[in-house]
Amino acid sequence: MAGTIKRDYSLVGESTRRAIETGLASAEWYHTDVPRKAMKELMQRSDGPAIRDTIIWIAAILGSAAGGIYFWGTWWCVPFFFVYGVLYGSSSDSRWHECGHGTAFRTRWMNDVVYQIASFMLMRNPVTWRWSHARHHTDTIIVGRDAEIAVMRPPDLLRAALAFTGILDFRYSLPALVRQALGKLAPDEKSYVPEMELHKAVIAARWHVAIYIATIALALTMRSWVPLVLIGVPRLYGTWHMVLTGLLQHIGLADNVVDHRLNSRTVYMNPISRFIYWNMNYHVEHHMFPMVPYHALPKLHELIKHDLPEPNPSMWHAYREVWPVLLRQLKYEDYFLKRDLPPTARPYRGEFHEVNMSAAAE
Amino acid sequence: MADWVEACAVGDVEEEDVIRFDHGGRTFAIYRSPDDEFFATDGFCTHEKAHLADGLVMDDIIECPKHNGRFNYKTGQAKGAPVCVNLQTYPVKVEAGKVIIQI
Repeated sequence: MAGTIKRDYSLVGESTRRAIETGLASAEWYHTDVPRKAMKELMQRSDGPAIRDTIIWIAAILGSAAGGIYFWGTWWCVPFFFVYGVLYGSSSDSRWHECGHGTAFRTRWMNDVVYQIASFMLMRNPVTWRWSHARHHTDTIIVGRDAEIAVMRPPDLLRAALAFTGILDFRYSLPALVRQALGKLAPDEKSYVPEMELHKAVIAARWHVAIYIATIALALTMRSWVPLVLIGVPRLYGTWHMVLTGLLQHIGLADNVVDHRLNSRTVYMNPISRFIYWNMNYHVEHHMFPMVPYHALPKLHELIKHDLPEPNPSMWHAYREVWPVLLRQLKYEDYFLKRDLPPTARPYRGEFHEVNMSAAAE
Repeated sequence: MADWVEACAVGDVEEEDVIRFDHGGRTFAIYRSPDDEFFATDGFCTHEKAHLADGLVMDDIIECPKHNGRFNYKTGQAKGAPVCVNLQTYPVKVEAGKVIIQI
């Protein structure tokens, strides 16, 4: 086993320096060859699918909220809030994501409106998170550069389990919004948000905090929990599906490589999860070609799967694959799941991969 | 004194599309708009070094393939995060079926 270098996940620390020095930061990433004509077709934008899905989404949110309010005080409200919570606390993540990329709708303002609403639902600052996600795409799972590494090494399994309840994220997100509303941005945030955008982050945080204050005031005035169960708290009780699907994106796979086939995972999922998740289960494909809208990802998958590792056939399969890797990472943080490429696949930038392969599962 | 340089033939660029043109160690992007006009800009996104020629042309917008940053390729104007710095544009003329840019 090669000597372990402790990972420093801050964005201004030793791992950051090393990533820049070794050329891992802002590197050229591998892309499967796709003819320009085919890629142009896949990239084409359309308002239709996202308008249809957004109407269904909003109708389901309003319907489940109405049912929850109607049955408030009885056990019958539970299934309604179960649905409402997932729509609010989980499917907002995929809407945030796709609209942040600007690929969900063809019309820009539609992307912007849904992005702002979804950011609020997720307690995410729409400005800082836009930039952190840009960084995530530049430096996917590059330690010291990527601000969106969900499970760091060695893995904290208690944290990972608590993530399903939303408690930890809630405890981070709300104070972060308050801090930002007071005009204070953390050094990590300043490392990926350009200076000219910082004031926008403060203004956005103030709007979010103002809405939460108004919601609390309404709850106090009404002497009712209902406003809080509808706004803010779903981030706790409805976040589990986002974590269930989102954790699988990169967990247990290689870090510090420049090939999304090795650090991202495509998992086949049921149609309900795919609606909630807006096809982000095709995650290798999304990272390789972020210009392709969510509704075209299945087609892209068919086109390039000959060059990608075998997808996991189900979430259950993927978690069964991940669990022993996490356990082993508790002792050896360099350990990871080596993705096998098809025999015909092109290898890429072996100098980065070979460093890690010495610790990989064989 | 800027030079006029032949970048490509008219037929090399499809309508509402873009191609890459390398010259003198620099990279440019050559666009053909939906109304059949030609434009030229720097070839790399001003946000991070990504080839705009791999991006998507929609009307008068070029979208970067890496982070979906958008520019108006006719004016070079950056249309919002994650692109904040405008794109350098170059004069273009079409002569005898050739697209010629001034660089």
